Amino acid sequence: MTLAFDVRRWWPAPLLPRQDGRDLALLFVVAALSLLAGLAAIGALAGHRAAEGWRTELTGSATVVVRAQGTETADEAAARAASVVAGVKGVAEARALEPAKAQALIAPWIGPGALPPDLPTPRLVAVDLDRKHPASGADIARALKSAGVDADVDDHSRWSAQIMRAGAATQGVAAAIFALIVAALGGVVAFATRQGLAARHEVVEALHLTGATDGYIARLFQARFARSAAQASLAGAALAAIAAAALKLATAGDQQLTALIPIAWTDLVAVAPFPIIGAMTAALTARLTAMAALGARP
Amino acid sequence: MSRKPLDLPSAGASQPIVRFEGVSMRYGREPEVLKDVSLELERGSFHFLTGPSGSGKSTLLKLIYLAEQASRGRIEIFGQDLALLKRHERPLMRRKIGVVFQEFRLLDHMTVFDNAALAPRIAGRKPTGYRDDVADLLNWVGLGARMHAMPPALSGGEKQRLAIARAVINRPDILLADEPTGNVDEAMAMRILRLFLELNRVGATVLIASHDTALVARSGMPVLTLQEGRLAREPDFAPEHVE
Repeated sequence: MTLAFDVRRWWPAPLLPRQDGRDLALLFVVAALSLLAGLAAIGALAGHRAAEGWRTELTGSATVVVRAQGTETADEAAARAASVVAGVKGVAEARALEPAKAQALIAPWIGPGALPPDLPTPRLVAVDLDRKHPASGADIARALKSAGVDADVDDHSRWSAQIMRAGAATQGVAAAIFALIVAALGGVVAFATRQGLAARHEVVEALHLTGATDGYIARLFQARFARSAAQASLAGAALAAIAAAALKLATAGDQQLTALIPIAWTDLVAVAPFPIIGAMTAALTARLTAMAALGARP
Repeated sequence: MSRKPLDLPSAGASQPIVRFEGVSMRYGREPEVLKDVSLELERGSFHFLTGPSGSGKSTLLKLIYLAEQASRGRIEIFGQDLALLKRHERPLMRRKIGVVFQEFRLLDHMTVFDNAALAPRIAGRKPTGYRDDVADLLNWVGLGARMHAMPPALSGGEKQRLAIARAVINRPDILLADEPTGNVDEAMAMRILRLFLELNRVGATVLIASHDTALVARSGMPVLTLQEGRLAREPDFAPEHVE
């Protein structure tokens, strides 16, 4: 008898039974892990961008504290210092701050209106540096010293270094969280594979005794869990992207929040490889687990 | 039926295809199920294996189809010492051994057709290379009209016939059957016996564990008897040969 066009004979049934409730639980857990990983990745990118922005702002400026000497008044000393600094290569602009602005800067420490008018307070010079080729604090200090100006230069390097360290630490934590989530995914898939082998032991036994190799049987579980993990990771990654997009839209009108969480639309692309990462992690884990379990059989 | 050649060495014409030498078998710390069993099955031979329940018939078959490993002694299949057989060689050897399990071991999520096609599929044959063979075989065992049924919908006899079809589809060199006629009527039992004899005529070595004394008697084939794990070869008898 020839049944050449019977589709059920052209496409044989899968050797493992179709998904059941246990597989749905796995899908949910993997989707949740993928969501957390996606938020961690997008958060790390936004954190990096925030730290970079703060660092750029700090390294793009410097402050010079000027003290008057001899018969020169503080205002004259500040004006001379600003003139000297403006001539340094790598300085875009230097301007002496008005006394009121200088006093406002130290008001938080001594209180408003508590400063005696005759107290000889130092004058400040605000310096904007060239963005591409900024002058260093040492360059400015050398120029001031050559001009005989008694001044200290703060190029904010201390703060920018701390911000860089904080940014790097944030990225490290995000990477650790991501690695932890991938490891958790591996653990969940390993557990599910062992459960699957136990739950379908009759199928595994029948395949074994019909001549299936360990690798052949492991490939069935490998393909099953890779496909499930890819689907669940896709769902989790999509949810993470939607959540990040919603956060970006919600903070769009608030400059402070935007500066704190500067999510860019391109950051959402970070979750794109998640289905592949999820599938590969699941495939590898399922194969290793299945091979180890099958290897213990006669 | 065409068969994919395997790379395993075959026993020579004069070499027994199955050889047990002082084989004993126990499960865990339980008493020995088989005790010092020695036997040789020549290539192309046909034997029945009888004995009361618990005498070790199923265990002896399991040792041959590599589902268990002997506790003591030496087993050679196709001239290969199983103790020296590498793990990756075992599946290749299993593909040359067809087994009809007492409890059938059908895959309930697959159709009758897919169950029968399992062995060639696992052996890597393309569906175009085996689907007509499977259909012909299912027709022969009387399951042609039930190819797309699922095993839970089959009667005991139908499951039995499907299990037999699955075991013989690849034309195994060794055919083992554990109570293959336990769930079928006498007519079907004789038909199954004729199938085994036919496979035996074309070269398969057949060993059937059976309680069906009438069938054993009608076959006229030699009988191996197990008593409390020990083997006693009975004299051959041929009262009623099946033609």
